[in-house]
Amino acid sequence: MDMSQYLEIFIEESNEHLQHMNQIMLDLENRPDDLSLLNEVFRIAHTIKGMSGTMGFTKTANLTHEMENVLHLVRSKEIEVSDQIVDILFECFDTLEEYINHLSNTGEEGDLDSTELVNKLKAVEKNRGFGGPALNETVEEEPSTSSAVEAGSSSNDEFHLDVNDLPDNIIDNALNNGFNALKVKIILNEGCMLKAARAFIVFNTLEQFGEVIKSYPIAEDIEDERFDNEFELLFMTKLDEEATRTEVMRISEIDEVVVKATELEASGEAVEVVEEVKVEEVKVEQPEKEEKLNLKSTDKKKKPAQSQGSKGKTSKTVRVDINRLDNLMNLVSELIIIKTRLEDSENTGSTQNMNEAVEYLERITTSLHDAVMKVRMVPVERVFNRFPRMVRDLAKDLGKGIHLNMSGEETEVDRTVIDEIGDPLIHLIRNSIDHGVESMEERRKKGKPESGTVNLRAYPDGNTVVIEVEDDGAGVNHEKIAEKALEKGIVSRDEVESMSQNEIVMLLFKAGFSTAAEVTDLSGRGVGLDVVKSKIESLGGIVEVQTEIGKGTRFIIRLPLTLAIIQALMVNLGDEKYALPLNNIKEITTIQSNSISKVQDQEVVLYRNSTLPILRLPEILQVPNIDQDDKEELTVVVVRKGMQEAGVVVDSLIGQQEIVIKSLGKYLGGIHSVAGATILGNGSVALIVDPNQLF
Amino acid sequence: MSQVLEFVIFKLCDEYYGIDIQNVENIEKVLKITRVPYTEGHIEGVVNLRGNIIPIIDLRKRFNLPAKNSDDESRIIIVKAKGVTVGMIVDSSSEVLQLENVDIDEAPAIKGSVDQDYIRQIGKSDGRIIMLIDLMKVLGIEELDEE
Repeated sequence: MDMSQYLEIFIEESNEHLQHMNQIMLDLENRPDDLSLLNEVFRIAHTIKGMSGTMGFTKTANLTHEMENVLHLVRSKEIEVSDQIVDILFECFDTLEEYINHLSNTGEEGDLDSTELVNKLKAVEKNRGFGGPALNETVEEEPSTSSAVEAGSSSNDEFHLDVNDLPDNIIDNALNNGFNALKVKIILNEGCMLKAARAFIVFNTLEQFGEVIKSYPIAEDIEDERFDNEFELLFMTKLDEEATRTEVMRISEIDEVVVKATELEASGEAVEVVEEVKVEEVKVEQPEKEEKLNLKSTDKKKKPAQSQGSKGKTSKTVRVDINRLDNLMNLVSELIIIKTRLEDSENTGSTQNMNEAVEYLERITTSLHDAVMKVRMVPVERVFNRFPRMVRDLAKDLGKGIHLNMSGEETEVDRTVIDEIGDPLIHLIRNSIDHGVESMEERRKKGKPESGTVNLRAYPDGNTVVIEVEDDGAGVNHEKIAEKALEKGIVSRDEVESMSQNEIVMLLFKAGFSTAAEVTDLSGRGVGLDVVKSKIESLGGIVEVQTEIGKGTRFIIRLPLTLAIIQALMVNLGDEKYALPLNNIKEITTIQSNSISKVQDQEVVLYRNSTLPILRLPEILQVPNIDQDDKEELTVVVVRKGMQEAGVVVDSLIGQQEIVIKSLGKYLGGIHSVAGATILGNGSVALIVDPNQLF
Repeated sequence: MSQVLEFVIFKLCDEYYGIDIQNVENIEKVLKITRVPYTEGHIEGVVNLRGNIIPIIDLRKRFNLPAKNSDDESRIIIVKAKGVTVGMIVDSSSEVLQLENVDIDEAPAIKGSVDQDYIRQIGKSDGRIIMLIDLMKVLGIEELDEE
């Protein structure tokens, strides 16, 4: 069966489960005794195992299987939850995430090897938590005792047959009625040719004396010869163990028969004992299963490869609240109604009707716009919920105590923003923890609580969404910043002297700036905040910093609610129309052409006591047939990019308008100074200028 | 085994060209084209096709043929290949032709008026010579991928 159609669902669900698991494990670390948390992780591991098994993703299935085993031991109190176990679980979680990511990118599971991790888990199982050193030893020897050896260790006395899933009373009844419930293991001769037939004879023989309740592997598999040289049966009979053995041994080509009575334990009275048995069974089962799965995976591999061609990556999806979709549907039906109404009024020729209908149409389109925008919105939770884990790891690495408080996770942002905002936020948080929050010792000296606090907040503010990253650390010392900037040659001494404190702090965002005395692998490579800033600006947002020495620093990111629809200023250049995003525009003014002077081949004008570079947009955009030299007065739109400003000369202004941003597509992608295109009221296309690329 | 292939036939400078119908989305009258800066010469600009922005190339310019202003006969053939949708301006287009593969020859190495690279095969139908274009090369998608 072609599974590719389920792949998307699988990925979506797995991601959800993993996310959930992540949260729970973080809780688990703080409350290791909370059994409900453990149960939850166990349940998730089990679900993922089931799903990935069905999909044929053997590595994922194997790993989750081992996780399950360990978690089971923890649940049954055989192992204490230690840091070590939590760390291993986190590692498993990372690996699983890796698999799922790889899957969603390529449709295949990838070659990431989890053997070591599986071995670690196995080691934990074996040691039953006898502490660290023992664990390490076994980890080292484990690779050699790989599946082959383990398969050998499954001695003949051990049974795979699981009687626990039978209705409790079957065995009870049998025993009460004088029957014996026997587990029978039949080992066929190596040279046995027709294994299925031989098994059939065994079944037949036994049925003469009693009833075969269950078999391992299942009866169908046995019929199809899908077993190695041995199989197991649960046999209800009046015969005793020895007699059963003799009966079976009479059949030729059988090497050995092991018969074992099933005790009352299976009836569910002594749960703990049973569960232990179960665990062991599972463990022994593992190597065999691996082999089986490998076999399966070879013929399964062909199928994903085929579907690969038609569908390289899984498409991006959004989960939508059904209410929102209903709302959308309603609006569309209204739209259809209004269409008929317009048609009618056209026939009757009544202007009043027509006007009413148009007004109504306007209202609907506005609501429709809102509704569609809402569909595109996703809560920032999606980004936020990976941070607790990151903060935990980071704090551990750096030996700092960090509390992460998050609020406003439910704040909704456009999907496109969500995808892009993750990295900048990670950077800012790392920054806060690495540079902002002081070491424990230092904090103690300052009389602050030993653990630092990082607050991550999101809230809507008018037409924007604000995300704040705040720490209660050392704050930014602007003198130090100025010094550093001078040292790196980013600014001159004169410039520094004329700068306000805030402006100096903003130097943090200059390329090539890093205040960390020591470069750690986390931050301080000098490719930090400037990247954050440009990323956020490319999303149409802005970054601000507020800081107080000794108290802490707050980074404030302001993002537009959506990227798909923006306010823009429409301008004429020659015969062409262009759109300038309004949030980049500072003001509009006129200047006299004779006030323009040239400095190093760059036209500048003195405007409000500072020099403003002049950019002639028609020239930059290669507009044909322009002659503006004879104009005395130039219309100038002052655009800003961070702290820089420039005057952009346009021919004339049309006005402010809401525009829908459309991409130019792959074929024309990445054109200089053009951010995209939009469709105007008359159906023609206008290009959107990207002011960030102009200078 | 003879195999029948279908081609959309169009004209440039009174010569017949064909394009595999599999790649053709639809054929439009010439729409208002918006110029895009910083593009190669044969890219005319973009149009709004039912809410989608589609880049347009002038096939005459692409084939280094003398330029001609569009008229009533001019059409834009919307083609799709490798996930990109592009419109091509042609002098006219009005028929779909079925060609058996016996009627299709490899393009001979003769210097024609069109850059040899863009012509993949030559088709014959009722004494007409039809040049079957290599869409990937015409669109320059191969170049695009290499970049």
